[in-house]
Amino acid sequence: MTTLLSKLPKFSYGIARQVRSVMENLFSETPVGRRKKWNERVAIFIFALMTLLIVLPLLLIVGYLFYKANPVLSLDFLLKNPIHGMRAGGIWAPFLGTIYLVFISLVIATPIGVLAAIYLNEYAGDTWFTRIIHLAVVNLAGVPSIVHALFGLGAFVLFARMGRSILAASFTLAIMTLPVIIASTKESLASVPMAFREACWNVGASRWQTIRHIVLPNSISGILTGIILQVSRAAGETAPIMFTGAVFFKAIQEGNPFAYGLFDQCMALSMHLFTISTQVPDVPEALPYGTAIVLLGTVLLVNALAIGLRIYLRSRKKW
Amino acid sequence: MENMIEISDLWVRYGRKEALKGISFDIIRNEIFGIIGPAQSGKSTFLKVINRTIDRIPGIHLSGTVRVDGENIRTVQNVHEFRRKIGMVSPLPVGLPLSIYDNVAFAPRMAGIRKRSELSEIVESCLRQAALWDEVKDRLHTLGTKLSGGQQQRLTIARALSHRPKILCLDEFSIAIDPVTTMRIEEVLKGLRSQITIILVTNIVQQARRMCDRTAFLLNGELVEIARTEVIFSDTPAKRTTYEYVNGIFG
Repeated sequence: MTTLLSKLPKFSYGIARQVRSVMENLFSETPVGRRKKWNERVAIFIFALMTLLIVLPLLLIVGYLFYKANPVLSLDFLLKNPIHGMRAGGIWAPFLGTIYLVFISLVIATPIGVLAAIYLNEYAGDTWFTRIIHLAVVNLAGVPSIVHALFGLGAFVLFARMGRSILAASFTLAIMTLPVIIASTKESLASVPMAFREACWNVGASRWQTIRHIVLPNSISGILTGIILQVSRAAGETAPIMFTGAVFFKAIQEGNPFAYGLFDQCMALSMHLFTISTQVPDVPEALPYGTAIVLLGTVLLVNALAIGLRIYLRSRKKW
Repeated sequence: MENMIEISDLWVRYGRKEALKGISFDIIRNEIFGIIGPAQSGKSTFLKVINRTIDRIPGIHLSGTVRVDGENIRTVQNVHEFRRKIGMVSPLPVGLPLSIYDNVAFAPRMAGIRKRSELSEIVESCLRQAALWDEVKDRLHTLGTKLSGGQQQRLTIARALSHRPKILCLDEFSIAIDPVTTMRIEEVLKGLRSQITIILVTNIVQQARRMCDRTAFLLNGELVEIARTEVIFSDTPAKRTTYEYVNGIFG
């Protein structure tokens, strides 16, 4: 533009001069325009910086863990029990314990949570009763895990006479994850357009047929993602299992994936990490770091699974 | 002549708002019946009453009697069975997220038809009736939602016909489609008239004029006039408001 403008003679008169001044006003940068541009650059820089700041700690943590845990990392570490008062050996017992707890708690929480969400979103109307239930679900999601632990101790260990066992601990974890599963399932059901349901009802499909053939197939990816993300919470919490089924130390048969029974007590990774880092003296430094890596790895693996599943199911989504 | 739908003194309230204020009329078997009127005049509410999907709306209150095919809609035992008597086409085409084939086979399947040959027969005849068969016969198993707007609306019509309804209700079906497709669908509807009763709700008055045997004019939930279409569109309908509305000097 400037080259075009400079071709116009400086001392021209009449129309040429007017055109020149108008164009200069149109295309030259005004002070306001310059400030806007500058502000935008600053804003973009800050956003990018913040994004980097999120990723950085994760990379640092993982890198640091691997560096510290290096001496113990091997397949034996995963498949051998802790020995010498947990000062040596592997983490087989807590590793298997965590898998038991997470798996059983999901088996308990998923059907209850999904069915409750289907009822709330598809069948129940908007009445004071369902509002109270909704409020209760939201509040339950905000209850600290230690309170869940006390509830689990009272309800499952003592009242239901399960004793301190894998079953009682799994029930406690299930209660803890339930509200979030309900909320996320409800959210994914609600994302299916109402017009689809109406179209189904109009051709004489019942509510259940509509849910079964249209609503569920189109919300299943969101529902599964919500459930699987709860795995990381169930695996990471120490408090809810501490009083209800997890123990300080317990040796089990190595290499046997069915070494625990439902009414046994078990070790768990999160609690094992806590004990060997704070309760037991003279533990080699690499052991807790190795434990942390296995915990983190298990959770990341499950999350990766969730992401993969979501991508797969989304690719089959049909609208 | 036999009445397909008989409505007497129908009132509908949403909470405190009255959507229909005591309307009464009959719809005769195998006619094309037009309902015209501006927005908020109760046209869509009326259709929801007929197939009882209005039940789902909270805070609704109905009074009066509606008989569909001789059956009082209040005392219907199996509401799903009942809804299959009525085909509904909504203003915006709703292709279910299924293949073209499954879209049309959905209603028969929900009604319990499992035999493959029977389903294929229904799908083909309904798509033919909706003038869509020739365009989609080679890709029946692609997604219905990938079709163009006009094709999707015809797919919706095919789906509405798939449960062999006695009444076909179209709620402003041409709102989202081009004039050429609209004409094609209108031809389709004229072809169907010998077999089923058609209720055509429209806010394009000329469409009612082209298509309908009789036309009702609703305004603010009240029935202003119901007469043969020639009368409604003549220079001397019974009510002055009708003349003003159909000639666009309303306001």
